[in-house]
Amino acid sequence: MRTIEVSDSTSGAPSCARKGTQVSEESAVVDYHPMWEELGLDLPTHDALLGAVGQMYGDAFLTQENRPEGMGYLDFVMSEVHGLRVKELHDFRATGGKIVGTFCLYVPEEIVRAAGAWCVGLCAGAEFGYDEVERIMPRNTCALIKSFMGFELTNVCPYIKESDLIVGETTCDGKKKAYELLGEMQNVYVMELPQMKRPQDVAFYRAELDEFRGKVEELTGKSLTAETLKASIKEVNDKRRALQRIAATRAASPAPISGKDALLATQVAFYDDVPRYTQMMNKLADELEQRVADGVGVAPAGAKRILITGTPMALPNWKLHDIIEKSGGIVVGEEMCTGSRYYDALVPEDGETVEAMFDALAEKYMDINCACFTPNQGRMDDIVRMAREYNADGVIDYALNFCATYQAEAFTVEKTLQAAEIPVMKIDTDYSAEDIGQLSTRVEAFLEMI
Amino acid sequence: MRVLGLDIGSRSVDAVWLGDGGVIVDAAVADSGFDPAATARGFVERGGHDVLIATGYGRHSARQAFDCTVVTEIKAYATGAAALFPEAAAVLDIGGQDTKVISLGPGGKVVDFEMNDKCAAGTGKFLEVMARALGYSLEEMAAHATAADRTVAISSMCTVFAESEVTGLVHRGEDRSAIARGLHESIAKRTVSSLKRVGATGPLVFAGGVAKNPAMVRLIRDGFGGEVVVPGESGTDSQIVGAYGAALCALASAMAGL
Repeated sequence: MRTIEVSDSTSGAPSCARKGTQVSEESAVVDYHPMWEELGLDLPTHDALLGAVGQMYGDAFLTQENRPEGMGYLDFVMSEVHGLRVKELHDFRATGGKIVGTFCLYVPEEIVRAAGAWCVGLCAGAEFGYDEVERIMPRNTCALIKSFMGFELTNVCPYIKESDLIVGETTCDGKKKAYELLGEMQNVYVMELPQMKRPQDVAFYRAELDEFRGKVEELTGKSLTAETLKASIKEVNDKRRALQRIAATRAASPAPISGKDALLATQVAFYDDVPRYTQMMNKLADELEQRVADGVGVAPAGAKRILITGTPMALPNWKLHDIIEKSGGIVVGEEMCTGSRYYDALVPEDGETVEAMFDALAEKYMDINCACFTPNQGRMDDIVRMAREYNADGVIDYALNFCATYQAEAFTVEKTLQAAEIPVMKIDTDYSAEDIGQLSTRVEAFLEMI
Repeated sequence: MRVLGLDIGSRSVDAVWLGDGGVIVDAAVADSGFDPAATARGFVERGGHDVLIATGYGRHSARQAFDCTVVTEIKAYATGAAALFPEAAAVLDIGGQDTKVISLGPGGKVVDFEMNDKCAAGTGKFLEVMARALGYSLEEMAAHATAADRTVAISSMCTVFAESEVTGLVHRGEDRSAIARGLHESIAKRTVSSLKRVGATGPLVFAGGVAKNPAMVRLIRDGFGGEVVVPGESGTDSQIVGAYGAALCALASAMAGL
């Protein structure tokens, strides 16, 4: 079985392969087409997708100067995004392992892992297969939904194909209806998420977690126990702690890591092997902390510092970060599901019984401030607090078109930031490249203004 | 020090040459054509400048081609408008493919701004397409809009849909002048609400190619409420405000660097 081994090499490029084999050489010769074919991918279309993403990646990431060496790991992961990692999932399944695909933070990875399955966050960040999607869904559906539906309808996502169970949630109307359609093609289970945060709502969500536990246990044929749950809570918390360390270094001026690279680190957290990823991110954090101590940064000290808030940026959506950083600014934080909402809060580790730990999970997850909740003052507080903690010069509120909750909440965000005297600009966009010129002008003008 | 400021837009390339003390010594406006970079190069090759700066949609291409500095249209228009009208509190620029509204603080500092997004609704390009649909030149359309004694409500702001709507109205025998009036009114209405969103107050400097359209100027004056000043009415071509502002930005940086 092939595994990715984390090396201690200081080059930053990990050696990843069968034990003792140098990966860089091997990966060049590995042909994953037979595996993709076995998964039912549409090979020519999939090749086209990988080519496009590879080009986007090179243009957005590899052109950056003075990147931390620790990013070498993420470069490698991305170069093998549909290769080695999918092979790991494939091999895990070959030994009876189960994969649970998710789209949302409210589906606890701790429960999945404690019942013996692996969790992968599914991609939804590229404009692909929209013509197929628009045959079965309205054109005015948000880019994120269209993206994952397009990936499945055109058979280009190996992660969906490797998922034994896809878990949806009721965070918005578009997703709810999309899961019905996805359920015609894949094994989909939908968890209900309340829309308010009263005690009865937390209790409701807590009951949903019990249901979900049963569903995953049924899938794996294994029981979640206090011991396995305690271990998985610790493991996932460790992952979050590593990301917290990285985030904390971004408060420094100059920032030791670009926003794009930090965003990528969070995006990869959703599908990489948990202990390996945690180890590599802690190494990256070591390097970043050293950079801060040495005053080393990726952008000039005077670069305008931007906090981004809004809708999640699923892989491979790097559009806004790329525009901001190519315009001379630097992104210092993300108040989003691919950002602080993912790693800021930990699950208390002192629970001893499954019941106590489920209570703790319910409380932690219901404390995430998604715009699907009403009211959502917690998010306003988070944005203002983060803008100050990360020494942001301004905030960009980012929403995908047709995302009713975030687009509507943008007005409250604007008002809140104005009251706090923090400059803010609102951007509504999608994954297409057609508005990049206009957005660049707006972003550059915002950077000039603040 | 002599500065050349270029505003490379979708419909025109505008150039302003500043002499000592930031005085405009020459200015030119040319169609962007299919190769705006070549048009810009024509201006650059005239020579005689010590510093070059570009703004507008083609600024980044210019930076690569001429190794010059760049500034956004927002800052360029704000700076240019504030230099021409020191009391200005807001700027409206309706250009070939985009509309900008800017609210100004002291010294021409940008306080807030808004731009139309990716589509060309309500811009110069929109008016060109509608004039063609009505069989008018731009000047004729503006004149008819002003002279019209009544108006027809146009509901679409999308260039493509509005064109179909106009064609439909023409086929129904609707008066062309009234349609022209309705088209101008719909743009003015949208622009005024955009001005309100950024909290713009008078005096408002109305610049850009569409500021040369007397029907639009009149409707913006009527709708805005505050004082509206148009560079063209006091001797400066409304279309060169961006190039002028860019040149002033370059001058200011050069002075700060000395």
